[in-house]
Amino acid sequence: MLPELGHFALILALLLAALQAFFGIAGPQLGKDRWIAAVTPAVAGQFVMVATAIGCLVVSFVNLDFSVRYIAENANSALPMGYRIAAVWGAHEGSLLLWIFLLACWTLAVAVGVAKLPKRFGARVLGVLGFVSFAFLLFTLATSNPFLRLDPAAPDGRDLNPLLQDPALAMHPPMLYTGYVGFAVAFAFAGAAMLEGKLDQTWARWTRPWTTAAWAFLSMGIALGSWWAYYELGWGGYWFWDPVENASFMPWLAGTALIHSLAVTDKRGLFKSWTLLLAIIAFSLSLLGTFLVRSGVIVSVHSFASDPTRGIFILAFLVIIIGSALTLYAWRAPLLKSQAGFEFLSRESFLLFNNILLVIALAVVFGGTMAPLIAEALHMPTLSVGTPYFNPSFATPILPLLALVSLGIMSSWKRGRLGERRRTLLVTLGVSIVLALAVSFGVFGGARVLTPVGFTLAFWIILTSLIDPIDRWRRKLSLSRSIVGMTVAHLGLALFVIGITAVESYTNEHDIALSPGQTAKQGGYEFRFAKLEPAEGPNYSGVRAEFIVSRDGVPVFTLNPEKRNYWVQRSVQTEAGIGTHHGTNILIALGEDLGANKWSVRLQLRPLVTYVWIAAFVMALGGGIAASDRRYRVAVRSEASDAVPASEGALDTSKVG
Amino acid sequence: MKNRFIIAPIAFAVLALVLLIGILRAPRGERIIPSVLIGKPVPAFELPNLTNPGTKVSSKALQGKPYVLNIWGTWCVTCRQEHDTLLKIQQMNEVPLIGVNWRDEDTLALQWLSDLGNPYSQIAVDREGRLAIDLGVSAAPESFLVDANGVIVHKHSGALTMEIWKRDFEPLIAGRAPAGS
Amino acid sequence: MRIVLLVLLAALLCVRAAFAIDPTTLPDPQQQARYQKLTHELRCMQCLNQSIADSPVELAGELRNQVREMVVAGKTDDEIRDYMVARYGEFILFRPRFSARNVWLWFGPAIMLVIGAFIAVRIIRQRSKLVEQDNEPLEEEAAGR
Repeated sequence: MLPELGHFALILALLLAALQAFFGIAGPQLGKDRWIAAVTPAVAGQFVMVATAIGCLVVSFVNLDFSVRYIAENANSALPMGYRIAAVWGAHEGSLLLWIFLLACWTLAVAVGVAKLPKRFGARVLGVLGFVSFAFLLFTLATSNPFLRLDPAAPDGRDLNPLLQDPALAMHPPMLYTGYVGFAVAFAFAGAAMLEGKLDQTWARWTRPWTTAAWAFLSMGIALGSWWAYYELGWGGYWFWDPVENASFMPWLAGTALIHSLAVTDKRGLFKSWTLLLAIIAFSLSLLGTFLVRSGVIVSVHSFASDPTRGIFILAFLVIIIGSALTLYAWRAPLLKSQAGFEFLSRESFLLFNNILLVIALAVVFGGTMAPLIAEALHMPTLSVGTPYFNPSFATPILPLLALVSLGIMSSWKRGRLGERRRTLLVTLGVSIVLALAVSFGVFGGARVLTPVGFTLAFWIILTSLIDPIDRWRRKLSLSRSIVGMTVAHLGLALFVIGITAVESYTNEHDIALSPGQTAKQGGYEFRFAKLEPAEGPNYSGVRAEFIVSRDGVPVFTLNPEKRNYWVQRSVQTEAGIGTHHGTNILIALGEDLGANKWSVRLQLRPLVTYVWIAAFVMALGGGIAASDRRYRVAVRSEASDAVPASEGALDTSKVG
Repeated sequence: MKNRFIIAPIAFAVLALVLLIGILRAPRGERIIPSVLIGKPVPAFELPNLTNPGTKVSSKALQGKPYVLNIWGTWCVTCRQEHDTLLKIQQMNEVPLIGVNWRDEDTLALQWLSDLGNPYSQIAVDREGRLAIDLGVSAAPESFLVDANGVIVHKHSGALTMEIWKRDFEPLIAGRAPAGS
Repeated sequence: MRIVLLVLLAALLCVRAAFAIDPTTLPDPQQQARYQKLTHELRCMQCLNQSIADSPVELAGELRNQVREMVVAGKTDDEIRDYMVARYGEFILFRPRFSARNVWLWFGPAIMLVIGAFIAVRIIRQRSKLVEQDNEPLEEEAAGR
């Protein structure tokens, strides 16, 4: 009963999304106020239907209804309760439904938010969102219905992929998708602006908080995925430039550029066509990422499905959504002009560099990810692109970018006045260099070429970020959330650079063969293989080892790496033993029984790697603080008082209609 | 350029086209890495004969007529799927099927053949996988068509089906048979 | 459909949860270092996103053995790479060798930087000319500069 109810709810949602899209776009275009008024009820209705649908799926999972094919493929009677819920988004069909549900949530939030904005504009935003919802619902119902029945019902299920039976990874898709889908809001705002034929500073101010919030979620989602990969897979990797990872990173890069570009448009009415294009690109990359994961076209162990029919269907709606947005862009963008000016070393300049460098970084990741695909399409021998390519290529635009962050923070809008701050900049740079060398050689006792560079850049960002806020605080001036948020986010960036520099420079990793009772020495620590005993779990069996980790003879902690055999899914997994001591992350992973009472063991010492993920959360926190600034919530008094002078880019609507 | 923003939709259209080609050409279950050995001589090998212990199966002895090398193992699930097709191919008697038993145990292999039937005229035992590496094998089953001059003319990764045999192998066999046969 | 399932089955084997721990220790530290480097540079042809150093499948183990034998036998790094490429193609190298095909991939970032610099200079020149005529006051908010 429940699956049928869910299925029916989805169909209703499809119809409501269609209405939302139609009324939202045609209403303002044709001036029909009644249609405009119908949009918000359509949004609410769609939300209720989608919530019902996903609710039905969740309950069916909890009840382990194996007559539903999706549940039989992804759950098992031995699956613990928490993971039954997580299994809802454990594979293709369910994760699509999650996407749709999150889109409905964002749309509802936007409906509340635009209630204070001009009605036609608000309707257009919701209309574009409705269009996207419609496309996704259609795709799901046509090719990926999670409610299909199995006849006869399976006696028991296949079980959730053991990789996914983990708290961090259970939260990763919801967090990530919230980010992906959140960029649809920026996309919708962009679409509404293009449909109106008007894009001004006010538009930028409305768009900023939504975009920043989406970006914050995406940051956390990516960090969760990376953190999970690190401790679950247990072999010390936290980023592999895997196509699916890149698929989430590209929208993030575009989103970061977008946030900064929006700031310029908001403050000075500049970079309008950049901002518009970035808004379209960020969401397009979210969609493209979805496509890459689901179409079997990219070689990646992440891929959910390898069914080309699905791929063609997705490609079709990608072309429709992105194609129409870009065509609209090509039509409207030439009309967006502004007469504002800025000097060479002004904040606008630095944000221009920021935009360009981030776009180059994006192009590098995009090119590297798509290269094998393009080579194949053009009948060329397969290209090999992996970490050895991505690392140096990505660093090429990013290192200059990191250096420019400090300069940009110290510069003023329009007139730069960087000369006045020359002393501050040089002093902070000098201090950073000294600190960097002290950390590299004093604390860690050695360095590779880029190590002091990385530390210098990070410390410089920290110092320059703090100077003005601290100065204002000491003079008892107000500090808006915008400024606080920005500062926190930039500090997060610096923390990230510190973590990466440390872990890439100072990781100590060795594979050895050890017997229970033996001790290995590595990196100043002693590792005693104390014992090995069997370990049982609800859906697995295996062995657990006990390692006593000491430094200079003093025990620090005990780690328990395991090797588990998930009997239903028939896969073997290692659970690494992980602990942190004085900032250094220690991992022990069990390999194989080599016979003769010896086991292969991997010992890794990774300094400051946790900063990488903490930094992402700090950045997200900064984004959240900034997005909650009051200036974004000031209600529009009337269109007339907020009207921007004609020279600032408002179009003469009589010309473009 | 009159409207430089038109680059955006055009670039996207090109990308979409490439993606479309990528999907249409995406192999279903087949490996997407082409073999670099096509057109090169088959690596010389001399391996123990599974069913005739004491004798060897060698590339030198096989030269002169086209044959198919089929890499398989009893541990390989897909090889099981392919087995019926191999039996049918053997019955068609177009070319000899030479099996290469990869990283397996003789007793298991012999048991398998006696249970399921033996489609091979000869079977070489590649215990350490040296021939497999020389052939650039990445997973079983893989099949190589070798012509009368000992040159590899085709490689198929994954299970053989009648459809693939007729489409890919037969045309090449017809063109490669030495004048006499 | 069956074929799709088979591909998925193969993919399960390569699920990155499994990885190889390779306690091989060659007596000569230089050889050990070369062995480590080479096994991390060569792609596992079954689990295509892992190196043979990390991949748990038997093929990776065999290829590691092959590399070890060749290192001990005195072959150079290039000879070992050539050996692998002759059998598996360029794709087996994680770091693509520099060739005409790869040029755009490797030089891409640098070229884009140059183009980006040109664009930036053009825009800044344009805008700095407008500064004097632009009397629009900046939004004076409490936190603005």
